[in-house]
Amino acid sequence: MNPEGPRSAAVLPTAGPRAADARASHHDLDRVWSPPEGLYGWLTTTSHTQIGRRFIVTAFIFFLLGGILAALMRLQLSHAESGFLSPDRYNQIFTMHGVTMMFLFAVPIMEGFGIYLIPLMVGTRNLAFPRLNSFGYFTYLIGGILLYAALLLDIGPDAGWFAYLPLAGPEFSPGHRMDFYAEIITFLEISALVGAVEIIVTVFKLRAPGMTLNRMPLFVWALLVTSFMIVFAMPSVEMASAYLILERLAGTHFFDPAAGGDPMLWQHAFWFFGHPEVYIIFIPATGMVASIVVTFSQRQMFGYPAVILALITTGFVGFGLWVHHMFATGLPSLGMSFFAAASMMIAIPSGIQVFCWIATLWTGRPRLRVPLWFVLGFVFLFVMGGLTGVMLGAVPFNLQVHDTYFVVAHFHYVLIGGAVFPLFGGFYYWFPKMTGRMLNERLGLWNFWLMFIGFNVTFFPMHELGFRGMPRRVYTYLESTGWEPLNLLASCGAAVLAVGVLLFVINVLWSRARGQAAGDNPWGADTLEWTTTSPPPNYNFHFQPVVTDRYPGWTRGPDSPVVVGLKDDAHEVLVTTTLDAVPDHRTTFPPHSIWPFLTAVAVAVIFFGLIFTPWAIPAGAVLAMAMLILWFWPKHHVLHRGHEEDAP
Amino acid sequence: MDFRTLLSRTAPAALPATGLLLSGCGLRGSHHALDPAGPQAGAIGSLWWLLLVVSAVVFVVVMTALVLALTRYHETPDRENLPAQAHRTVMGWVAGGVGVTVLILFVFLVATLLAERRIAAIDADPEALEISVIGRQWWWEIQYENAAPWLTATTANEIHIPVGRPVHLKLNSADVIHSFWVPSLGGKRDLIPGHTNRLSIQADRAGVFEGQCAEFCGHQHAHMRIIVVAQPPEEFEAWLEQQRQPAREPQTEGEIRGREVFLASDCIMCHSIRGTTAMSQVGPDLTHLAGRRTLAAGVLPNTRGHLGGWILDPQGIKPGNRMPRHTFPAEQFHPLLDYLGSLE
Amino acid sequence: MRKFIRPLACLAALLASCSKEARQFRAGPATGRAPAIAQSELFPGLTAPPASGPNPYEGNAHALAEGRRLYRWFNCNGCHFNGGGGIGPPLMDDQWIYGSEPANVFATIVQGRPNGMPSFHQRLNDQQVWQIVAYVRSLGKLPDAGKPPQRASEKSAARDVKSDPE
Repeated sequence: MNPEGPRSAAVLPTAGPRAADARASHHDLDRVWSPPEGLYGWLTTTSHTQIGRRFIVTAFIFFLLGGILAALMRLQLSHAESGFLSPDRYNQIFTMHGVTMMFLFAVPIMEGFGIYLIPLMVGTRNLAFPRLNSFGYFTYLIGGILLYAALLLDIGPDAGWFAYLPLAGPEFSPGHRMDFYAEIITFLEISALVGAVEIIVTVFKLRAPGMTLNRMPLFVWALLVTSFMIVFAMPSVEMASAYLILERLAGTHFFDPAAGGDPMLWQHAFWFFGHPEVYIIFIPATGMVASIVVTFSQRQMFGYPAVILALITTGFVGFGLWVHHMFATGLPSLGMSFFAAASMMIAIPSGIQVFCWIATLWTGRPRLRVPLWFVLGFVFLFVMGGLTGVMLGAVPFNLQVHDTYFVVAHFHYVLIGGAVFPLFGGFYYWFPKMTGRMLNERLGLWNFWLMFIGFNVTFFPMHELGFRGMPRRVYTYLESTGWEPLNLLASCGAAVLAVGVLLFVINVLWSRARGQAAGDNPWGADTLEWTTTSPPPNYNFHFQPVVTDRYPGWTRGPDSPVVVGLKDDAHEVLVTTTLDAVPDHRTTFPPHSIWPFLTAVAVAVIFFGLIFTPWAIPAGAVLAMAMLILWFWPKHHVLHRGHEEDAP
Repeated sequence: MDFRTLLSRTAPAALPATGLLLSGCGLRGSHHALDPAGPQAGAIGSLWWLLLVVSAVVFVVVMTALVLALTRYHETPDRENLPAQAHRTVMGWVAGGVGVTVLILFVFLVATLLAERRIAAIDADPEALEISVIGRQWWWEIQYENAAPWLTATTANEIHIPVGRPVHLKLNSADVIHSFWVPSLGGKRDLIPGHTNRLSIQADRAGVFEGQCAEFCGHQHAHMRIIVVAQPPEEFEAWLEQQRQPAREPQTEGEIRGREVFLASDCIMCHSIRGTTAMSQVGPDLTHLAGRRTLAAGVLPNTRGHLGGWILDPQGIKPGNRMPRHTFPAEQFHPLLDYLGSLE
Repeated sequence: MRKFIRPLACLAALLASCSKEARQFRAGPATGRAPAIAQSELFPGLTAPPASGPNPYEGNAHALAEGRRLYRWFNCNGCHFNGGGGIGPPLMDDQWIYGSEPANVFATIVQGRPNGMPSFHQRLNDQQVWQIVAYVRSLGKLPDAGKPPQRASEKSAARDVKSDPE
């Protein structure tokens, strides 16, 4: 399959004695690494660029859906005692807004960027475990579709994305609504886990020779830390949602106080995941910011080791904060003090990163283009959100504003400001690489400013609403509270924000067809993905690079060292050592395969079917076993030299 | 007067005043966290002003550095290396920034601990009044405790407290997690089934302070308000003594007829009026209904018309709540309202 | 057209199943009248009167949960316990003295029965009675009655919680 858009042949000699060899080898590589055509190709591809793009597009669609839900909420809340939405409908909408943004948008889109960019940035041909990658995508897609189908059929989860018990339990949430939540969340987070595993292995074992750990791009470091966090945090939510499944469907009493259980168990298990979750969303964004800052300052990151240590520290300390979501629950104050101190302390590594970015801009020569504008907006919004976060770490103050619109303001500042703005910067930055065309700069500036202004008008007044006593998750409010003017203002801001996002969509649709041609490295960036064509070929690099410093994008030329000797007619990939990326051995990756898709369907049968009947477990398990057996069936062609047969 | 006192005295008035200007004078009771009526809210308010001022300064400094970084004169840099002098200078600033951050966080932590200490001192007061609050979907059951059982009193949704005396709330829930929060008086505490949490409140001035349930508890979480009425001690004692009494006997013909209607209808399935045969514990106690300021957990003003509308169609006002709709012929309904209106 | 029948049928089945999830809050006020029940198979004119309607809330998840709540609130468990019976007959078994059809159970609740079943006429409105009917029939595992909602512990958490030892 041919990549879209204009291609540059810069990496291939087009003249001279090597040109014919180069064309033949390109032809072989292309044939071997391209997935089949059509629907079968779509279902079977193991190309990380295709799957990464899919994650990004699917997650962005969920972002738009979640935004529509938010727009409905803002419409309902613009006026006191509005009859636009019934409380039942509103509860489903705000629950799905949270579930969409946290589970269906934020983590998958960051993982999607990782899946797309990391093999390119570390200089290899594909992500580790390519079929697992495909499985992860289909798991995510099926889970998301099932959740939205439930919402449209009035069976959407309605007890909040955090699903506190006993409200989310069988007694107070009758029917299948929260069953969908429990089952689908458990199912969905498999996708996050497998993505994390792939990223860790790719980063550790598939780097180009010479890319020692301290020559890795900061974006790769950020995704590495994120992936480790996912590996430790997701099992906690899996465990919690498994308990919820048992509570609702099997009559256990984990959370039932009259039978010896405790609702607090849910809160601890959920927030042990829930707090690292927001860092899982934020840390990849810092990686994007680092990439953009370096490129647009045209010098290396100031304090590269400090930034890495800050990332790792954030990853660790992020696991020690979860109780700050539970300060109002009556826990002993000595215990809560540790979490209060840790919640404040995490500002230090974040501060280190912010200072290093500013120092890089200071010592470089900044060019104000749209990606950098989004980074500037990010710094403004994230610092503000981070400061309100430090305030929230103060327990007595927290007890006033916990579960109010002050907290809603805080986390939207750190999540939209801290993750979505860098994400949009990343869109503008990497869109040329992914499609070969630039996004329109003028429309991009309008996009940025409307989003920035709209965001602030929406969420800044919410700080005051929290002080005035407006709690979260209310479908309406009494007129006598006096909350209406600020709510109306916030809703108007939301409309402006929505227009900004719409401009982005228009920009993408327009630029795909008519954007300016990008070339390999339109921004003059320093990382390896910019040394290949835009968009990259399916095999990423004609010859795998050998890296000699931290900024191969700036220092590599046509005579730079490359890896030779890998087969062009097989999925051969070089595995290197973890610390110093010394070539270790060669391995062959599997080609396209239908089994990941079918296994995802089989596993979905287990979880989705369990909502309705316990027979889903044996039936689905047998099916999944069969799919896995067929997935792992040894392929003879791997053992032979010469041409590969097509896999079944 | 030092700056902090000036700030802490003027700002709490400025903010609600601005709020009033923005919102029109529709407030029934005070409910602004920065308009403290008691020591807890006061301690938290002072902490807030410190946090706000320091954070604002930090924000301005960081943004200034960012703007300067962008706008200062830049030569084309060496991509990899900085001249040693420049490197040292920038490193100095970054390290200094980190150092100042650590210092500020330490100051915040100490200020937090001091505020916590001030609040905890009230928790330990042995002279406190003990009130038990049981959260239910979607109203508050209030019980004034006393070692002597004939001195206890039960009411719903409206708590009266004496001015200047600490009040210990024992918080429990009969169904899901709720959260008790009156912003003018202090922070919140969750009502968790299976746990007994404690919260101390104290009002240092008389007034009506409103709050709302602050933990999502189902369909009518949005309409679960709390009214705290702080009264001078003598008024409070008189009120409490009244609450301990059984219901006022009906005097007029209409009230007598109304009591008959009440006892013959389905009201007695859920509500109790002490002194009559209506003794169900699952709904709010109506013994002194007429003395309350609001109905339906703070949602409606307590007037005859609102009471009538509530009885006939509670689902229209709080859809999903536990009270069913009713129809009464007029010759029963008006006496019923007379009777309920007589329950001072 | 034919290729659409199957997906449409599936969609219809799905949508129909979602009435089980509907939450109806604003049902009409009480009529106070039990639906007509036939206690015999002999009718003058040899034509049966129109059959009484089914329970409008049959199998509805919200109604089952409300029915369980009302069952506890109004002390049905005082005589029938949690379905096992005690002072009153069990509701979990397949013996229904006065009939197991929804209309029969409705009439039993509203009219009362000899030997101790009180009459709840004018103490419950129709919607509440139908919700209790739905719950009681689900205890009896009657077909189409739906699964009884997960049996939560009977004790009210607030009343039985141990207070702090201090």
